Amino acid sequence: MSGAADREAVFPTRQSLGLMKAKLKGAETGHSLLKRKSEALTKRFREITRRIDEAKRKMGRVMQIASLSLAEVTYAVGGNIGYQIQESAKAARFRIRAKQENVSGVLLPTFEAYTTEGNNDFAMTGLGKGGQQVQRCRETYARAVEALVELASLQTAFVILDEVIKVVNRRVNAIEHVIIPRTENTIKYINSELDELDREEFYRLKKVANKKQRDNAAQDAEMKARKEAQGAMDEKDQVADDGPSDILGAAAAEDEDVIF
Amino acid sequence: MTSQQDYKDRQFLAVIGDEDSVTGLLLAGIGHVTAPPDAQKNFLVVDNKTDNAAIESAFERFTTERKDIGIVLINQHIADRIRHRVDTYTAAFPTILEIPSKDHPYDPEKDSVLRRVRRLFGE
Repeated sequence: MSGAADREAVFPTRQSLGLMKAKLKGAETGHSLLKRKSEALTKRFREITRRIDEAKRKMGRVMQIASLSLAEVTYAVGGNIGYQIQESAKAARFRIRAKQENVSGVLLPTFEAYTTEGNNDFAMTGLGKGGQQVQRCRETYARAVEALVELASLQTAFVILDEVIKVVNRRVNAIEHVIIPRTENTIKYINSELDELDREEFYRLKKVANKKQRDNAAQDAEMKARKEAQGAMDEKDQVADDGPSDILGAAAAEDEDVIF
Repeated sequence: MTSQQDYKDRQFLAVIGDEDSVTGLLLAGIGHVTAPPDAQKNFLVVDNKTDNAAIESAFERFTTERKDIGIVLINQHIADRIRHRVDTYTAAFPTILEIPSKDHPYDPEKDSVLRRVRRLFGE
C-alpha cells in the first residue's frame, strides 16, 4: 500500500472529512457483520461436510445391500428382469420436492422424497414367481434412494454454501484490506491538507498583523515627525510672535483702563 | 445466484448406470417417461458397448436441457469415463451424485465432491 497514492479522489474539505469518517464507520460495522456471517456459514459448512462424509459411507453400505436384494430377485425370478422393468417404467412413483432453509440469509434448498400413490408400473413384475423378493427389493431400493436423496440435498447445500462462503470471504477481505485502509488514508490526507491550510491561514494572519503593525508604526512615526515638525514650527511661530504679543501685552498693560 | 431460482419444478431423479443399478432404482419407482411426442426417459443403461459420447450426451441432457430433474445419479465407474465433465460441473442444480455399483465398490477418493471437501480442509 503506497501511502499517498491509494486514496479516494476527494477535495480536502471539512465536509468530505465528515463523509469519510461516516464511511469508515460504516465499513467497520459492515466488516464485523460480514465476518460474523462468514463464521456462521463456515460452521454450518463444516457440519455439512462432516455429514456428507458420513452419508457417503452409509450410501456405500446401503447400495451394497440393495444390489444384494436385486441379485436375490434375479435368482428367484430365474432370469434377468432388467429389460422388462425398463420397458414398463412409465411415470415416476418416487419423486422429490425441494424446500428452502435459511442459514444467515442464504437459502439452502433441501430435497424431500415423496411417493405418489396410485400408479404402479411394476404390478406384473414377478407375477409368475419371486413376487416376494421383488417386493422386498423394491422396499430396499426405496430406502436406498431415500438415503441418496438426503445425500443429494447435503451435497447441494455444500455446493451453494461453498459458493456463498467464497463470496462473503472475498467481501470481508476487500473491506479489511482495501476499503478501510483507503478510507483511513483519505482521512489522513484530508487532515494533513486541512492542517496545512490552517498553518497557511495562521501565517497569513501573522503576516497581516505584522504589516499592520509596521504600517501603524510608520504612521505613528510619520505622525510624530509631523507633530514634531509642527511643534518646531509652532515654536518658531511663538518666537516670531513674541514681539507683537509683548507689544500687545505692553499695550494692554498700558491701556488697561481702556478696555474695562 | 441464478442457481437458487430454478429448483421449484425439479421433481424427478435421473440415472446413468449399469443395468443392475438402473433396474434396482427403477424398481424403487424413479423411472419416468415424458409425454409421447418426444418420449424422453430419465434413465440410461450403460454397458461396455456404450460409447462415451452417448454417456456425455445423456449427462448433458439430464443436467442442462431438462429442467425437471433435481438429482442425477451416476455410477462411479461411469462417472470415471466422463470424469472431466463431472469434475467441471459445478452448478447446484441438478445435483450430481456418484453411486457405487455392484461390481465396482465405492471409492471416496474419486468422488468429485468429496475431493473438493478434502481440498478445502487441506488434506
